[in-house]
Amino acid sequence: MPNSFTDAEKRTLAILADMVIPASAEYHAPSAGDDAIVSEILSDAERHHAHLSIGLATLETLARERHGIDFADLDSAQGADIVDTFRETHPGTANLIANLTTQCYYRDDRVMISLGMEPRPPHPLGFTVEQGDWSLLDQVRERDKFYRKTE
Amino acid sequence: MPEEPVVDVLIIGAGASGAAVAWSLADTKMHIVCLEQGGLMNPLEYPSTGRDWEARGQSDMAINPNQRGLPSDYPINEDASPIMVANFNGVGGGTVLYAGHYPRFHPSDFRVKSLDGVGDDWPIDYDDLAPYYGENDRMTGVAGLAGDPAYPHDNAHKLPPLPLGKSGQLLAKGFNKLDWHWWPSDTAIITEDYDGRAKCINLGACGSGCAQGAKSSADVTYWPHALRAGVELRTRCRVREITVGEDGMATGAIYYDANGDEQEVKAHVVVMACNGIGTPRLLLNSKSEQHPDGLANSSGLVGKNLMFHPYAWIQGVFDDEMEGYAGPTKVIRSQQFYETDAARGYVRGYTFEISRGMGPVRTVQAGMRHGKIPWGADHHAAFRRMYNRITGMVAVCEDLPEEHNQVTLDPTLKDGDGIPAPKINYTLSDNSRAMLDHAVARATDILQTAGANDIMTESPISWGGWHLMGTARMGTDPERSVVNEWGRSHDVRNLFIVDGSIFVTSAGVNPTSTIQALALYIADQIKSRLANLFD
Repeated sequence: MPNSFTDAEKRTLAILADMVIPASAEYHAPSAGDDAIVSEILSDAERHHAHLSIGLATLETLARERHGIDFADLDSAQGADIVDTFRETHPGTANLIANLTTQCYYRDDRVMISLGMEPRPPHPLGFTVEQGDWSLLDQVRERDKFYRKTE
Repeated sequence: MPEEPVVDVLIIGAGASGAAVAWSLADTKMHIVCLEQGGLMNPLEYPSTGRDWEARGQSDMAINPNQRGLPSDYPINEDASPIMVANFNGVGGGTVLYAGHYPRFHPSDFRVKSLDGVGDDWPIDYDDLAPYYGENDRMTGVAGLAGDPAYPHDNAHKLPPLPLGKSGQLLAKGFNKLDWHWWPSDTAIITEDYDGRAKCINLGACGSGCAQGAKSSADVTYWPHALRAGVELRTRCRVREITVGEDGMATGAIYYDANGDEQEVKAHVVVMACNGIGTPRLLLNSKSEQHPDGLANSSGLVGKNLMFHPYAWIQGVFDDEMEGYAGPTKVIRSQQFYETDAARGYVRGYTFEISRGMGPVRTVQAGMRHGKIPWGADHHAAFRRMYNRITGMVAVCEDLPEEHNQVTLDPTLKDGDGIPAPKINYTLSDNSRAMLDHAVARATDILQTAGANDIMTESPISWGGWHLMGTARMGTDPERSVVNEWGRSHDVRNLFIVDGSIFVTSAGVNPTSTIQALALYIADQIKSRLANLFD
């Protein structure tokens, strides 16, 4: 799918996605900066392009002002420092990036399997939900009617 | 091109009320046309058919029209409201996205002024609507259970209740320990095959359209019957204004078709079914020499008395795993605090709707919003402490009518056809704030009693303006109401309103069941008065 983000913006979004959810060996889970997941993020982010472009430009400005280099070239400590500032000063954009990251991350096959989920959409198979113990209702059935009379 | 014949009845809006009134009037064999600004839904395109189902619930199938931004949507200026509007524009209207919670009003809800000295009494009562509630339940397909002590006895046909599941059991035990009321929710979801539709298979994505067709949205309940009975439904047709004759009576409507071309349809009777925002918007956009302040607005009350239901959101995190997002969104309800008790510091009351759980995306976003799931290496462990372990409730609080809460026309904002858009001015009353605080405290009691190890609350929720009511209220006094006790405009004797606009008060329950019962009631009133409808 064609995408309006520049290569530099794509690279920055991938770095940010990895900062939101890095890989975990313990949970056998990939990073949200994984190419396949980033591709999904870029697709979902398209409708927010104008908003995100402004936010990403701000991030670049912060990196150059504070460290004199592009955001993508910062080391991890410098990157974390910039992102902490960005999250404080631009919480709306930072939350949007986190939301886009998570909504794409948690539909990836590898992630769903790591959570014990079947990697499929809900439809058409659906799910099974147990009826539960309806005898719990017996206590309520014993109550007298308690709605308010109007006459 | 020959001029289109004058239709007998023009219905504007194909949502919950438009569908019901169309179906009921169809048995008159009159020529009925319904104009709907959105399209006919295809359930196989709903989000739950794809892996991105949670994401689409925040984009093209979001509940807020400004967020959704589809061509069928109109923008709403919500800058002066702490609660944002939820709606859907398409055949089925808001029922396409609703959770299907389908309780009735209580008898006391029609007598608010008499009982509590606030708001106003309705000009009709529970007994007037009771047969229509029953007929509506039969047409809709409603799961539930007879015998709720919070309600009068009813003979409604109910399908078996939705499964309790682990989350329902957990909270039911909590309610029982406190000896508080709970009951299986009346929910417009079919738990057995019904009326040609297949039963619920627990997709868990009720709030973004039911791909199974088991959720009883108006496009799959009333509309197939209305169309078979001869009602003509025109989709992608957005009405700009209702036209009037020299005598001030409605003569039809001017609308834009799917190509954006201006069209006119003439009608003997016009029925408004555009919801509590869309109806006042259209009436205010229908100014004329005969009606300079907008159609049907001699009282000045069109657009005023806007009521939402302020919602509190209270969720617990538990140690045990539950079913997460699988299963219908709603499980049980509690009306322990529904009726007025002056000792609580407010009047009227609320319903607790117990919700089952969340998908992974909603879980992580709630966790991040509440500072419980971080960015970085600790993300995974924090997420797993919450995933499939959240359940809780929302409180649906009665909102009282206040004239300063209103819908007006925005001076600059317009929709895609250049029609002025609505602007909302709304503030939360002290009574609502006290009620919300009470609901949060009592919900916390329940969740703690049920064993929650952590609790998240939001009150009021900003995204929860699902219920749009009161902006063209019903009453017997033309100076204090817009329509009479059977839905006819006081000013324009061939204009009817059947949607949530005509609510006098809001009750503390979801309104769709009452909206549709009212539409059926008004349709019956029309049918029984055909010989002298305009007298």
